[in-house]
Amino acid sequence: MTENNHFDVVIVGAGHNGLVTAAYMAKTGMKVLVLESTANVGGASSTEEFHEGFRVSTCAHLLYSLHPAIVSDLQLHNHGLTYAATNLSTVALGNDGLHITIKGDSVSGDISTEDVNNYQEFYARMIRFCKVLAVTLEDRPPKLMKGNLKDKLSLLKLGWNVRKLGKEDMRELLRIGAINIYDVLEENFDNQLLKGALSLDAVLGSHTGPRSPNTVLGYLYRHVGETFGFSGPAMPAGGLGAVTDAIAASAKSSGAEVRTDCRVEQILTEGARVTGVRLVSGDEISTSRVISNADPKTTFADLVGYRHLDTEFSRRVSNIRMKGNTAKLHLALDSLPSFTGLSEEDVGARLLIAPGSDYVELAFNHAKYREYSRNPIVEITIPSVHDSSLAPEGKHVLSAVVQYAPHNLKEGWSEGNDQFRNLVINLIEGYAPGLKQLIISSELLTPADLEAKFGTKAGHWHHGELALDQFLMLRPIPGMSQYSTPIDGLYLCSAGSHPGGNVTGLAGHNCAKTVIKEGIK
Amino acid sequence: MTIQEPERLIQTPFHSRVAAACEVNYWEDWAGYTTPAAYTNVELEYFAMRNSASIFDLTPMTKYRITGSDAHAYLDCLVTRNLRKMKIGRVTYTAWCNDDGKVIDDGTIFRIAENTFILCSQERHLDWLEWSAMGFDVHIEDETDRIAALSFQGPTTCRILKNLGLKDVEDLKPFDLTHYPFDDSELMVSRTGFTGDLGYELWTDPASAEKLWDRLMEAGHQYGIKPAGSEALQIARIEAGFIQAGVEFVPAQQEVREGRARSPYELGLSWLVHLKKPHFNGKRALQEEKQKGSRYRFVKLDVQGNKPAEHSFIYNGQNKAVGTVTSAAWVPTAKRNIAFASLEMPWGNPGDDLSAEIYYLRELKWTRVMEKCSVIEGPIFDPERRHATPAPDF
Repeated sequence: MTENNHFDVVIVGAGHNGLVTAAYMAKTGMKVLVLESTANVGGASSTEEFHEGFRVSTCAHLLYSLHPAIVSDLQLHNHGLTYAATNLSTVALGNDGLHITIKGDSVSGDISTEDVNNYQEFYARMIRFCKVLAVTLEDRPPKLMKGNLKDKLSLLKLGWNVRKLGKEDMRELLRIGAINIYDVLEENFDNQLLKGALSLDAVLGSHTGPRSPNTVLGYLYRHVGETFGFSGPAMPAGGLGAVTDAIAASAKSSGAEVRTDCRVEQILTEGARVTGVRLVSGDEISTSRVISNADPKTTFADLVGYRHLDTEFSRRVSNIRMKGNTAKLHLALDSLPSFTGLSEEDVGARLLIAPGSDYVELAFNHAKYREYSRNPIVEITIPSVHDSSLAPEGKHVLSAVVQYAPHNLKEGWSEGNDQFRNLVINLIEGYAPGLKQLIISSELLTPADLEAKFGTKAGHWHHGELALDQFLMLRPIPGMSQYSTPIDGLYLCSAGSHPGGNVTGLAGHNCAKTVIKEGIK
Repeated sequence: MTIQEPERLIQTPFHSRVAAACEVNYWEDWAGYTTPAAYTNVELEYFAMRNSASIFDLTPMTKYRITGSDAHAYLDCLVTRNLRKMKIGRVTYTAWCNDDGKVIDDGTIFRIAENTFILCSQERHLDWLEWSAMGFDVHIEDETDRIAALSFQGPTTCRILKNLGLKDVEDLKPFDLTHYPFDDSELMVSRTGFTGDLGYELWTDPASAEKLWDRLMEAGHQYGIKPAGSEALQIARIEAGFIQAGVEFVPAQQEVREGRARSPYELGLSWLVHLKKPHFNGKRALQEEKQKGSRYRFVKLDVQGNKPAEHSFIYNGQNKAVGTVTSAAWVPTAKRNIAFASLEMPWGNPGDDLSAEIYYLRELKWTRVMEKCSVIEGPIFDPERRHATPAPDF
């Protein structure tokens, strides 16, 4: 066995969680190898050129919950992470330029004083709930059955944090924690733009509409970063790829090796123990420890193989709900587009098309029947406003998250891509007249494209729907929630594990902590 | 053959013959089929099994046809026993477990062709078989009602099959199977059974069922052939030492109360568990159980007296209840009072001081006796003819 193909730890996939795990593992002095199937690190947190001279964050395009402990532990600012913009405000676009702007707990624009006040109160309460949630995200989830002392303490801590909210807040958390955001918004607000914007926050990246159960959880999860020091999303200089580049640089400086263009074909096992990995090239790398940053379905169905796993286990994995529904639209623009009723400065904000919670629910209806939304919801950013490195001088790049675009579109995406792209462009044009004349080039990445690109089943952002039945000790599946698996030496560090998706780094962080604690076997 | 649309229970393809022979009209529901618990007299039926020949309608036995290029590999991963060396024309007895290493069922696997197998079991669990098939190229079909099956057991069975014209049937070794042309169709003969004796199981097309029955009765007329019901079979299978799903163990998928299902180790089936296989369902749990020890031990007990210890508590020498009897019978050929019991560990070693608390009702009076039990090592009834090849002629 040569020096070059034996490692203490092999990490499959150089997405942000994989790299975070690699960096923490490498810091302990272990010999760490990260294998990435594509040419670049980053996965769903990467920046790519989609038209000559135009670069854009390929999947995730805003950073709103990267955990500060990871930033400081891995010294990401020393490894090149800088922000082009922070604490962005959100503009919910309305007809005829009658928009509202949301920043932290304040909302302004075409909105009643009553709603402004209600929002302030609502937001403050949500942030109190987020604080309770945040504590559970920063560590491995407790086990309910057969848990050890640490698990019992974690549960107690969770219970205590809920109790500490006080009688009124606790009652409210227990009341709304599992219900849908639609009803909660109806109780609080009249303004449709506000309700639409908050609905969008609750459902982005998932196969849910605002009337789906536990979408309040979706809202809280999206805002949990606001307890980490973010007060609004940030844009890293160089796009989201810059975050993973910094993490990769940190991992490498601690001694981890990262190999790109190395697709793992099989995780090798012998008697339910990991022995190594085999690459598509046929090369084998030996290790007693593989940490998979692939989603749980890909890990077990494709990389390990269900035939090496028990029936009930395989069945649970195959039943993980993960229907990708989110597409990404990229436009290379000749100049900065103007949006009706927005100043040039405002165009750099996070712009939402979600005029009403009913609008969002109706948009979701189509997805239930494998159709794309006829009136989709859109989250637009024009990162080149803040970061001139992304587009040639004077030109701009528009990046939009578009929902709903079911991964298994009835007619197939080869047919649907152009139609949906035109539909979305026309929709945005309605708020930004003249946009179409500025388009030099466009790209629509459907969930099917994201699956092909990043290897995530169904192109699902979170590697598994984020809902109470797939949360905490139930993530990715009941009975396997603490990053280890039925295969000795195989661990999971992807968003499919607790706490879940978004560029937080926490799944990777928690996984690394668990593995390090177990020590080298 | 005309089958009327059943109201509650389905009739087997042998029903016209079974009904005609069932003199005592003692019927029961077996897996949705109407089948006889007895035809004439349980003892006479039992003695036909042991001394001449008995036919038992086996059609309600669950039968799954498993085909496809991965059929062999699939079954090897499904069950606890190593099937790698299983040849075409062979039958094997095995158990299969859930992820926790608890027995879902036991049964037999017939290898008919390179990629064709039949799995026979007491319980139905197509769902489990389908779930287990993820990642394999296999096709699973329930063909329970597409095969008419008879269990043909007893010392004169080989002679009768020869009378029927089945060439070289005596050369079938135990757990062999072969095919004969029969009535424009095919007759599959396997040297298998649930009585621990010389015997065969016969499998054919439902359209040929009545003909098979008639021809057997005709060929066995001079050899003491008799139809037998489930009560006679119960005595024989207890005498043979065979466990039964739903009796000796709660099939794991039907378990309601946590912990009530049993592992193969807890059912005396450790000989079926091949931990050296690369992977099979429940292996991880069974490996752990092997290291940490089991919770229960399955034992066969010789109970003093002649009162069957049905459903009895078993006590240790300190008068503490340590287990429960699952099946019990006075077995006439071995002439012993047998009980199967599930005992808490560590009880059930040979020589342990154990007693059964037996209640019996005689003319409005319950009587309770404590009878000493001794753990039986080795078989209770195991005649030479069961293993002899060529099969002996009587």
